[in-house]
Amino acid sequence: MSRYEIRLSGSGGQGMITAGIILANAASIYEGKNAVQSQSYGPEARGGASKAEVIISDEEINFPKVTSPDFLVALTQEAYDKYSKDIKPGSTVVVDGAFVKNTGGGDFRLYSMPVTGTVLERLGKQLGANIATIAAANAIGGFVSEEALLKSVLSMIPKGTEDFNRKAYGIGLELAAEALGRGPGKGL
Amino acid sequence: MSKDKRFLQGNDAVALGALYAGCRFFAGYPITPSTEVAEKLAAMLPKAGGRFIQMEDEIAAMAAVIGASLAGRKSLTATSGPGMSLKMENLGFGCMAEVPCVILNVMRGGPSTGTPTGPGQSDIMQAKWGPHGDHPCIALTPSTVAEQFTETVRAFNLSEKYRTPVIILTDEIIGHMREAVEIPAEGELEVIDRVKPDCAPEDYLPYDSSKGDVPPMANFGEGYRYHVTGLNHDASGFPTAKPSIIDSEERRLVRKVEANYDDIVKVEEFMCGDADRIVFAFGSSARSAKDAVLALREKGVKAGLLKALTIWPFPERHIKKYADGGVKGILVPELNLGQAVCETERAAGGKCPVEGLFRVDSEAILPSQISGTLERF
Amino acid sequence: MAYDYAKFIRPGRLPHIWCPGCGYGIIMKSMLRAIDSTGWSKDEIVLASGIGCASRLPGYVDFNTIHTTHGRSLGFATGIKLANPALKVIAMGGDGDMSAIGGNHFIHACRRNIDITVLVFNNYIYGMTGGQYSPTTPMGAKATTAPYGMIEPSFDIARLAVAAGATFVGRTTSYHAVPMEKLILQALNHKGLSVVEIMAGCPTGYGRRNGQKAASDMLIWEKEHAVPYEKAKNMTEAEMAGKFAIGVIYKDESRPEYVESYDRAVGLSKRG
Repeated sequence: MSRYEIRLSGSGGQGMITAGIILANAASIYEGKNAVQSQSYGPEARGGASKAEVIISDEEINFPKVTSPDFLVALTQEAYDKYSKDIKPGSTVVVDGAFVKNTGGGDFRLYSMPVTGTVLERLGKQLGANIATIAAANAIGGFVSEEALLKSVLSMIPKGTEDFNRKAYGIGLELAAEALGRGPGKGL
Repeated sequence: MSKDKRFLQGNDAVALGALYAGCRFFAGYPITPSTEVAEKLAAMLPKAGGRFIQMEDEIAAMAAVIGASLAGRKSLTATSGPGMSLKMENLGFGCMAEVPCVILNVMRGGPSTGTPTGPGQSDIMQAKWGPHGDHPCIALTPSTVAEQFTETVRAFNLSEKYRTPVIILTDEIIGHMREAVEIPAEGELEVIDRVKPDCAPEDYLPYDSSKGDVPPMANFGEGYRYHVTGLNHDASGFPTAKPSIIDSEERRLVRKVEANYDDIVKVEEFMCGDADRIVFAFGSSARSAKDAVLALREKGVKAGLLKALTIWPFPERHIKKYADGGVKGILVPELNLGQAVCETERAAGGKCPVEGLFRVDSEAILPSQISGTLERF
Repeated sequence: MAYDYAKFIRPGRLPHIWCPGCGYGIIMKSMLRAIDSTGWSKDEIVLASGIGCASRLPGYVDFNTIHTTHGRSLGFATGIKLANPALKVIAMGGDGDMSAIGGNHFIHACRRNIDITVLVFNNYIYGMTGGQYSPTTPMGAKATTAPYGMIEPSFDIARLAVAAGATFVGRTTSYHAVPMEKLILQALNHKGLSVVEIMAGCPTGYGRRNGQKAASDMLIWEKEHAVPYEKAKNMTEAEMAGKFAIGVIYKDESRPEYVESYDRAVGLSKRG
């Protein structure tokens, strides 16, 4: 694949940067592709809009920043509003529909899923929502093999949290399957 | 044997490169966007038999690093612009007393506090001229995470070889981005240690340049008792007011670096062979420049990239070669309002136009900005 | 028989820069006798200093010596000690060096309790630059930058050291040459950060502007205003007005030393 740009966004502390690292690690270490991950964040450690960016390519990646994402994930309305302006025509957008209520219309395929709420409901805490999100995004976007991504998840999480994160990962796959079943929307 | 390939953040690669080079001491003070280096080494140094300390301020951190090096440990500190400003007096001391050590400056945006989480390349001139007085300056500018590792090793090597502080001038983009790095196996990269005296302690002169511009260096506690001072001193290390010695020692200090251009200055020439226009770039801007050159080549425009891995001493001979060779012009993209461009102009000596492309809004220079400008040449 | 200082003096490095009547030569001699009593070898001793008259001392004596930047000797000394804890590190500087420009390093070295001995030569003035007021210039005293008299309260360096966490603090004067030697020896043998504040007159920069025209006036002043700590601690504030305590002012051998704590915490030393 030639240069493919992915932007993962949410509010600070939701783990989108970790999710981006997990994805880029899967692509570069387990699939031998070139991948670059970068981020931008405000000075606050929690809250505010935060994004992680991943570029995956079979060719050398020089410019490390995402300029027009092929794929956008937004978990909050603030993140959507801030980070959706420059998406590529025909791109794919995944949002947490419980928090992103208004996307307007546009030249993109929209998949909405209640990822944060489902993880909270089934696992008792929101921690893990980032793992579910990246699993779902990958299932929709097909960036790397499912096996490579899961391996990357397991290599990057704290010891003793494997079962929890496997469950979160499974929730992501389920939500993606449902969303793919419903087919893409045109906007919220 | 399978390669040790890791997906690393730029700052972490500096920490690993330092350990590879034999660094066993770190003193620092927290500052964005360099702090990950301190955090990593706080955890890793003890495992390698080294020690870490977070000092009370940037000034003390620079002092501790010089002290530790004198006591025999390869030493690193890491900071960003505001901290770099504070380190300057002791950096000058390190140059004057000829104490090897490495200073990482992860450049961020703006003057003063600026934009702590944004990138900048505006400390180029500070690296060279920050400390008062004349002094030697070696500064390296990696532009990939892999180079963060290898250039850190090179920084330590140059520091030990030339007995002088070496600055790594990276930026927030390279420091915080992640990409895969193949970690060199032990022995794969050369590791240089300072040359120690082979004479008897009573004959030792710590600044004896009779056998070359870089005098052998004894560590404190090894039986060679000597004096270290920031005052102008003679070969014995003691202060002198003799004009002829002040003059010859100051000239030697600068010459030991300037006269070794070929050994110290590293520039990658990318598609420069037939190029009729050149972009001279370093750090994160060199990544944008490479994409710009590739895009122009696809359009049949003969662009080439001179990517500086050493920014001080300034790669003037490399630039002169292309300026003299009759290129249409040299473009210097940088995240400041014109620093390396002035040196480039000086090096080009009027043989070709030199233009700057500046950005200070805390965003990276886009490849399209560079290609657009180059195309007009 | 007279004590032989020659074994510690670097050949060709004297005469020193200190003015006639300066108390610093007395300090150097007391320090050398104290160092001699430790039995340490010259190779394992490091002297680090900042900038100022006091900071010129290391250049005269035959140890590993470093004359650093103004106020920063303790930063350098901390790096040296951490890099090689086997070295015996002594830092020194004047009142301006240690309590003004180097004040931050001074309090943090005390707080860490790193095994360094700090000698503060307190002549209540910036001597080398010609008599400007320092953080220890007494209220009302004249200095070139306080021609109308000093209006700032002064630091009590010994008390500052105690408050900041030093585990051995003493004070002495250049008049008390022999007690000074014993006090410095105790400080050198103390494991942890030790501070010895040494009051010493500056006839050129301070005395001649402040009613102590002869160097001997300054020694007499030191003698008359110094009160042994054991006596001073039972005196009232009014009784101590204008006077200062000398001797061991504070000592705590229970607090762990910094490098030992570090090595234990990070697993560099075996005993947890």
